[in-house]
Amino acid sequence: MTLIAPPQAPAGGATPAPAAPRRKRGLVGTSPATRTLVSTVDLQRHRGLYFTVLGLTITVFVLVFLVPLYWMFSSAVKSPAEYALSTPTFIPHSWHPDTFATAWSNMRIAKYFTNTVLYAAGGWLIVLTFDVALAYGLSKLKPVFGKILLGAILASLMLPASALLVPAYLTVVDVPLLHVNLLNTPWALWLPAAATAFNVYVLKRFFDQIPDDLLDAASIDGAGRLRQLWSIILPLSRPVLGVVSIFIIIALWKDFLWPLLVLPDPESQTLSVALHRLANTSQVPPTDFMAGLAIASIPMIVVFLIFQRSIIGGLSAGSMKG
Amino acid sequence: MAVVTAVPGRGSRVHRLRRRIQDNLLAYAFMAAGLACFAFFSWYPLVRGVILSFQQDNFVAPPYWVGLDNYRALFADPLFYTAWRNSLLFTGLALVFGFVLPFFIAVLLNEFRHFSGFFRVLVYLPVMLPPIVAVLLWRYFYDPGNGLFNTVLRGVGLPESQWTQSSNTAMISLVLVSTWANLGGATLIYLAALQGIPGELYEAAELDGASIWQRLRHVTLPQMRFIMLVLLLLQIVATMQVFIEPFALTGTSNPDTITVLILVYRYAFTVNQDFGLAAAMSVLLFVVLGAFSALYLWLTRTGD
Repeated sequence: MTLIAPPQAPAGGATPAPAAPRRKRGLVGTSPATRTLVSTVDLQRHRGLYFTVLGLTITVFVLVFLVPLYWMFSSAVKSPAEYALSTPTFIPHSWHPDTFATAWSNMRIAKYFTNTVLYAAGGWLIVLTFDVALAYGLSKLKPVFGKILLGAILASLMLPASALLVPAYLTVVDVPLLHVNLLNTPWALWLPAAATAFNVYVLKRFFDQIPDDLLDAASIDGAGRLRQLWSIILPLSRPVLGVVSIFIIIALWKDFLWPLLVLPDPESQTLSVALHRLANTSQVPPTDFMAGLAIASIPMIVVFLIFQRSIIGGLSAGSMKG
Repeated sequence: MAVVTAVPGRGSRVHRLRRRIQDNLLAYAFMAAGLACFAFFSWYPLVRGVILSFQQDNFVAPPYWVGLDNYRALFADPLFYTAWRNSLLFTGLALVFGFVLPFFIAVLLNEFRHFSGFFRVLVYLPVMLPPIVAVLLWRYFYDPGNGLFNTVLRGVGLPESQWTQSSNTAMISLVLVSTWANLGGATLIYLAALQGIPGELYEAAELDGASIWQRLRHVTLPQMRFIMLVLLLLQIVATMQVFIEPFALTGTSNPDTITVLILVYRYAFTVNQDFGLAAAMSVLLFVVLGAFSALYLWLTRTGD
């Protein structure tokens, strides 16, 4: 249920399957391909029942999944006095959108928001660069020990991140060989994020599908390995790069436990960590706090609404048929 | 590396060898940064964690070897058993809600001819929230005084609950948030799998006179068996590592909700400041979850 595992790539490492074709509206005219448990004829016969169940489901879904979010946004714009009423109001009587501005400045949300954006953007660039280079090396340059390294990378899928918590923390405090302390620096988030076997694996599988002949032809035309990567592989891999990018950014934005450990200084914290600290230490009015929670959610909700097809597609593509 | 001998002729052999060496050097130049990340944050911590679990290390003195002392200390700590019991309870409850419920939601949604996109977006929306936001939001809902849930219960004349603050309901309250925040993922995976079931199977079953329940039992379930097994393993691995819900809702010292990971955090970063002890706990967690992960990888292996 806490399904934080990254969605699985399709066996071929291909792009996420296109969203399932939209069913035609109406009960008639559904093609046999979309035949499900209950036949269209049966649905037709019990139209009343069908629409009752549909209506009930919509109601329950809206209540369960939308109302809590609505509550968060609507509480943020209530006055503190109205929020404290023992019979809560569903539609705010008085509107105070300026709560968002107060939260932004008083709780220093601006600072944490900027931190999080910088961590996510920088992390996206670093992780993508490192993982693409790694996948390209493994897939197309086929070095000695390449298979062993790929095996070791895949084996790290078996390591539950939480089991590595303490030794990984000690590594960040004093990086072996280099002896630098990464605490409170963005590198403490970025470098471990690059060690995500799932990304490397998806990219490698995709690169594997690009025919070597293309690269050989480019090589005859005088293109070096770097040029081949930049001008042939990357343009062809745009779809998979897009999906991997979305997942890198979502993972960085949602992470909590790791930033909590490696960013102890309030100045360098992410929004998630700062919200938790503020929830426990300060006397922030609940309406301000709701605004803070809403601000932390808005970017993810926007990303989701824009890219929902790739996100849901990438997730569904993982469903392997038994 | 067998390429070298494939072509006769000295010149071409040397040439090929040189090209091969060049590619190797280049490959490792490309891969250096990524491999370093894996080495520092994946492979090395694994080894370090195991070594650490046999050491005394608290940042005060340089670490020294203590053999099995950390493990003995763990088994002597009553919290150790509490933590495992709580984690197992959480995983068990989470499976009831988070594993079974998405299946039925998916079966239901799959029958609807309307609003399919709407349902999909709605059920996945909470998954997109930063987990801490979901949990802190629900903390307000769970508030025993003026929280939304008790207000609603009062409104319909039902007895109020202490939610996270009573030992009877604490764990179930944690599971409820966690389920709300995460069941979208499993639901969408099930939904995609359901759409892959060939319709002819249902038609054939219907012609044989199978009722809806019989079709669900004899067509849908067998077709979904594999994906259900995979999700079962994933969910066990994920829920045994639950952290945010107990951490943000009940804190690290509430014995009703101390889970394995909370205890690791406690040992290392709050009460004991003892990295060796925490590492020993992590090693045990790794052994348990590693078995499930291995099973998962073995089930879903796709070659190479």
